[in-house]
Amino acid sequence: MPFNREAIEHIAHLARLGVESNPEAASIQEDLNRIVAMVDQISSANTDGIDPMAHPLKVAQRLRPDVVTEPNQRDTLLALATKTEAGLFLVPQVIE
Amino acid sequence: MYTKTLSELSEGLKKGEFSSEELTTASLTRIQQLDTTLNSFITITKESAITEARLADEKRRKGDAGPLTGIPIAHKDIFCTEGIKTSCGSKMLDNFISPYDATVVTKLKEAGTVLLGKTNMDEFAMGSSNETSFYGPVYNPWDIKAVPGGSSGGSTAAVAAGFVSGATGTDTGGSIRQPAALCGVTGIKPTYGRVSRYGMIAFASSLDQAGPIAKTAEDCALLLQTMAGLDVKDSTSIDKPVPNYSEMLTQSIKGLKIGLPKEFFGEGLNPNVHATVQEAIKVLEKRGAIFKDIHLPNSGLAIPTYYVIAPAECSSNLSRFDGVRFGYQCKNPKNLEDLYKRSRGEGFGAEVKRRILIGTYVLSAGYYDAYYLQAQKVRKLITQDFKQAFQEVDVILGPTTPTPAFNLGEKTTDPVSMYLCDIYTISVNLAGLPGLSMPAGFVDNRPVGVQLIGNYFDEGRLLNVAHQFQQETDWHKKLPPFEIQS
Repeated sequence: MPFNREAIEHIAHLARLGVESNPEAASIQEDLNRIVAMVDQISSANTDGIDPMAHPLKVAQRLRPDVVTEPNQRDTLLALATKTEAGLFLVPQVIE
Repeated sequence: MYTKTLSELSEGLKKGEFSSEELTTASLTRIQQLDTTLNSFITITKESAITEARLADEKRRKGDAGPLTGIPIAHKDIFCTEGIKTSCGSKMLDNFISPYDATVVTKLKEAGTVLLGKTNMDEFAMGSSNETSFYGPVYNPWDIKAVPGGSSGGSTAAVAAGFVSGATGTDTGGSIRQPAALCGVTGIKPTYGRVSRYGMIAFASSLDQAGPIAKTAEDCALLLQTMAGLDVKDSTSIDKPVPNYSEMLTQSIKGLKIGLPKEFFGEGLNPNVHATVQEAIKVLEKRGAIFKDIHLPNSGLAIPTYYVIAPAECSSNLSRFDGVRFGYQCKNPKNLEDLYKRSRGEGFGAEVKRRILIGTYVLSAGYYDAYYLQAQKVRKLITQDFKQAFQEVDVILGPTTPTPAFNLGEKTTDPVSMYLCDIYTISVNLAGLPGLSMPAGFVDNRPVGVQLIGNYFDEGRLLNVAHQFQQETDWHKKLPPFEIQS
């Protein structure tokens, strides 16, 4: 069972995802272990010499001229945020 | 009017039998009266719908109408619609009014459709029953104890109930085809890259695809015609001409080779669903199709492969929901870390959190090779199986789901049992192929669908086969008993 409390806390921290200590964490632990047990089946496949497939199509990123095409929508987009000031998004203090 | 197909409504508008305003008003009244039972809509755009309908009637008077002008539709709430709430079925976006339209929305708007509202869906498109929505579950119009399927359950229920004759959906592991099957309607997931994903809230970027949901293949052809095509704003959108899908519907299927994968007819398939599919095979044989057994040997690994790749991609895509620039923000954050963790912890539901955690795990140091890299290689094997099969056959057929709709609450305690609902649909997304589901009968008074899988960019052929099937059968014309109650 790869997911003990510590492992969940570590993964949740990487994902910056709050997981309530109880009862959510216990149920998540059980669910994640069940899911991992199921996905572990992929280890049974023989993939020697097989290239990974990231994407269904064989395409490369299209390039375009380096010219501005998007209009300035700063105020429209800032209006979506909870806290803004002077044209900036506000977050709690980061640097002590 | 609510019993008519989109194509029939289009003819009716053209002949002047009714106006778009009359049709729109009647639809809105029906939704208002009956959607409290189904919960298929999150937002109903009443005022703008009437305005759009009047504009459509005006265009028609000027002789400027096309086949979709004045047709009321609904968009799954995963498509950004300017000035209209776009929630993705989540508390995280409950306060989000989109500042722009998705390309799919723009295209259907320009074709003259009238938007009635945004349909309910599993949160962030993660689910197969429409039970994970922040706005409550959607109920199946055929039996309100049953789920409609997911994640496009709101769209399929709305079409089945006659609220709209056409709706949009998205499909990452089966989310158009599976609910279409469970609700007795037709839905198609096009080839990856056929329809633009710009403005479609991303779940798994190498799997997601938008498509139409309606009663018939003929209707889906009309909608897909408009939805498909290159969009420079989506770098994964393919520059390939869109054929005339409507013209392809009436082609003969005599001599068409249809493959039946042995793996899709094995253990786990409800015997009555199996029998229904056998009947559908006989109908297509009557129309001249030739069936042959094929093998997709790696199909058994499709679900585990998907549940590594899709969560991995979702963990990356959903990292943008951090409470800072849009969406839900927790109250009184102590510091930046608390802001992120509590906004995301409080804003996301349980299934979304499970998938973000699994996705983060399989991408993390020490596990990436064993899980993510291995899954991408198995994805290649699964895709090779299909490529091999399409050297022998033109189309592949099988059941869309292993059972008809299950009851609400039946699979919510074990996530893995829910994931197994997509056993026949998921490999199609992994390969990026087009897949369609069409109504084929009933088991226990609940609809059953048959799935058609095509080669890359062969949507026209799938719609053609489905249309031929629908010329011989009337499953797509049946109305839920819900109708009689109203």
